[in-house]
Amino acid sequence: MAIYTKEEARKIMEKALSFSSADACEINMSGSESGNIRYARNTVSTSGHRSNQTLVVQSSFGKKSGTATIDEFDDASLEKVVKRAEELAKLSPENPEFMEPLGPQTYDESITYVDKTANISPEYRASVAKKSIEPANAKDVTAAGFFNDRHGFSAMLNSKGLFAYNQATNMDFTVTMRTNDGTGSGWVTRDFNDVSKFDASEASKVAIDKAVMSKQAKAIEPGKYTVILEPAASIDLLSNMAYSFDARRADEGRSFMSKDGGTKLGEKIVDERVNIYSDPLHHDVPSATWNGEGQPIKKMKWIENGVVKNLAYSRYWAKEKGVEPVPFPSNFIMEGGSASLEDLIKNTKKGILVTRLWYIRSVDPQTLLYTGLTRDGTFYIENGKLKHPVKNFRFNESPIIMLNNLETLGQQVRIDGNLVPYMKVRDFTFTSLSDAV
Amino acid sequence: MKRRDFVQLTGLGAGALMMPMAMMGKIIPAEALLDPGMDVALKKKMADVALNTAKSLGASYADARIGRYLNQYVFTRENKVQNVVNTESFGIGIRVIANGTWGFASTNTVTEEGIKKATQQAIAIAKANATIQKEPVKLAPVQAHGEVSWKTPIKKNFKDVPVSEKVDLLLSANAAAMDNGADYASSALFMVNEQKYFASTDGSYIDQDIHRIWPTFDITAIDKNAGKFKTRDALSAPMGMGYEYLDGLDSEKLKGPDGLILYRNSYDMVEDAKFAAQQARQKLSAKSVDPGKYDLVLEPNHLGLTIHESVGHPLELDRVLGYEANYAGTSFATLDKWKSGDFKYGSDIVNLVADKTQPNSLGAVGYDDEGVKTKKWDLVRNGVLTNYQAIRDQVHMIDQNESHGCCYAQSWNDVQFQRMPNVSLEPGKEKYSIEEMIKDVEKGIYIAGRGSYSIDQQRYNFQFGGTVFYEIKDGKIVGMLEDVAYQSNTQEFWNSCVKICDESDYRMFGSFFDGKGQPSQISAVSHGSSTTRFNNVNVINTGRNI
Repeated sequence: MAIYTKEEARKIMEKALSFSSADACEINMSGSESGNIRYARNTVSTSGHRSNQTLVVQSSFGKKSGTATIDEFDDASLEKVVKRAEELAKLSPENPEFMEPLGPQTYDESITYVDKTANISPEYRASVAKKSIEPANAKDVTAAGFFNDRHGFSAMLNSKGLFAYNQATNMDFTVTMRTNDGTGSGWVTRDFNDVSKFDASEASKVAIDKAVMSKQAKAIEPGKYTVILEPAASIDLLSNMAYSFDARRADEGRSFMSKDGGTKLGEKIVDERVNIYSDPLHHDVPSATWNGEGQPIKKMKWIENGVVKNLAYSRYWAKEKGVEPVPFPSNFIMEGGSASLEDLIKNTKKGILVTRLWYIRSVDPQTLLYTGLTRDGTFYIENGKLKHPVKNFRFNESPIIMLNNLETLGQQVRIDGNLVPYMKVRDFTFTSLSDAV
Repeated sequence: MKRRDFVQLTGLGAGALMMPMAMMGKIIPAEALLDPGMDVALKKKMADVALNTAKSLGASYADARIGRYLNQYVFTRENKVQNVVNTESFGIGIRVIANGTWGFASTNTVTEEGIKKATQQAIAIAKANATIQKEPVKLAPVQAHGEVSWKTPIKKNFKDVPVSEKVDLLLSANAAAMDNGADYASSALFMVNEQKYFASTDGSYIDQDIHRIWPTFDITAIDKNAGKFKTRDALSAPMGMGYEYLDGLDSEKLKGPDGLILYRNSYDMVEDAKFAAQQARQKLSAKSVDPGKYDLVLEPNHLGLTIHESVGHPLELDRVLGYEANYAGTSFATLDKWKSGDFKYGSDIVNLVADKTQPNSLGAVGYDDEGVKTKKWDLVRNGVLTNYQAIRDQVHMIDQNESHGCCYAQSWNDVQFQRMPNVSLEPGKEKYSIEEMIKDVEKGIYIAGRGSYSIDQQRYNFQFGGTVFYEIKDGKIVGMLEDVAYQSNTQEFWNSCVKICDESDYRMFGSFFDGKGQPSQISAVSHGSSTTRFNNVNVINTGRNI
């Protein structure tokens, strides 16, 4: 087992630290046990189990630092890795951006570990596959899916006395259901820290229903449409927007957040109903309460009533600018409304329901313009009802424009460790049609 | 995909190094890269432990891969060294067939006991999964090679070049960019050595030593008054070569339009950085493209990515069959189209070949990761779809009995599966230069270097950007363009291919971190071509006002 308790981890890292003769020494340690099953063509294709453990030492003499890692934790190995880091440090050029390790910090107790997820068995994984494959067979549909679970820990100790420890569990599931005539495709994703919240049959049914409903899609003209974006459709655009919240790139003039030699901090950039924050203690999307540098992660507002409230400052950049460091968040939460997906559809005269967007790539970092395609369930809505499936589109759109064209916010859903609402957005730009199913 | 992980490696602290060890391995001093590693006789002995254990537990087939993966990465920005990383990863992966089903397990405890345990685990997984297996594995026969070896024919081993020399090169490139109008310059050097030993119950013991290298940078120019920024990436290609790729030989340089310098098998990083800074600044005031139909003249280091996405991926047999349906997707190039024998993938002059033997390419090896001797084969001949890319357990599904030799795993602890070989467009047979091609175009755009890329899950509809764009009017380059992307459909696009320059213009593009599979694995692959013309392609303007 590559999972060490708080006490075991502290003891190993203290031992390593005892071998240090550097000006400063920082040790990060982690381990994980993960298992997966993959299936396609309604049969299992591969499955595996993986165990990893590692300890990273960063030693510094003045502004020169060196890093070495090892995956064995006996005394001789620990001494060797510390000495290697010190040798490398002495050979390294000075790093003008070097930052001294942090002193002791206070962290909130995280809620990322769930016993049941840590104890998932190969039999459970096989049952997940079965719960997709059997109903797929019954509906003349072919399932291809992937289930992965992970139990891991991370810990940190440095020569200034900082100590941090966390354990986390999570599971991810995706399945694509394709009708056997090749004209329909549906997909679903689920992820949780607590596997007891996961229902493989429920999730698989969503994908099967979408596959069957999306058969024989009709082509409609590309152009600007009102769209209802499921959270799986907007998550990547929102994540890409979140990456632009780096203060340094904004200050340097090479980010969407740059403006006239300054930044857009304090400026309204999207609809006033948009509120985005991060919170490692949110019970639906818990995450670690500290990062790899030992900085505490706290609840933080990023966009409030459409206005940029904070940018992320690394410790070095914060020092340069004379401000407090703001670490990047470990999750993000976009506030939603009370409307269900059904409500959003019912209140739409003409529009398109988008299950997910795929192969998203940056087109212009200046405007955060991205391109990609709809996939696995795209439907035309008329007079409050799903009228018929439509062929997939290529889009060219910016999340900034998308959030300025907001019509309605719906209920939130957990997606990739974040909380994102269903959204109705007007004038979403589709630039061409795709024949892909 | 792991691509972003690597891009974000720049400037990592110790905490951020806590990433999957399959990718990184353990960090070692540079001189330890020169350690010879495990002796080949001992590797054979260890591999035999796995094979014999597997057979004694009822396996009908087994293979073992002992891998030592040595990587060195150097990252800089402007006048600072951000990180120098040396990693080593060593272990064994064992794959078995028991009860007609694959099982795989791996361990970094390369001892008799550790190997036996991992083999037992692989057998147990195979037997457990056999209960829901509907398609028993059927392997195409393979020749027993005995004890053989293969090496990338490098001239300069990156491990013999001091780190200080590499750092100096990157800092010189950054300085050249800063002196020529750049506001920011970041550069990186990725160097990879795979020492792989393969053994199978079919009677092969194969020792291989594989090298790859990728120098790259991104240069930013800013117009503070306009609040605009533009970047120009390196025109290098990742290569299956040693450090000699960085010699910058004049004989390997080609002249493109408007003073553009293009590189073949030798790269002048400092020179390219200088031009990159000038061109990034030029881009700030370049004309925004008028959308519409244009004849495109595509430079090889650009066209390679289009080949990769619109030919390489759709012709992977596992995709066609549905094994990748939940992630990358399936393919428009279905079996019925191939069986018809007359599916026009492209125009008559389009000949696309798969090749795992091409010198200097990223995909070149002597044998693939299931012991099949590598080769070259046709995918599209005279425009007609003729074959796919397939490995031992799938090639029988297209009624063939010989694997194409394109099986690969990114590490000893990942299971091998079908990966894209080098896929290249053959050059034109008649003498024809870039200048002549441009002279023949009335309304067109010349595009060089890689840019934004996106394609649907069955590989019909795509959109590509580029690094630099030049407008062609009445046979002449009239200036730089910006905000250019072209959208097309794979079959329509390749059927609009009207002219291909001759072999004197032939060069390779490369993808160092191509992602596929769940859990995702990376692989490196090259795509060669000469400058090629496509008529009447739809170009959109990607500029927006926010």
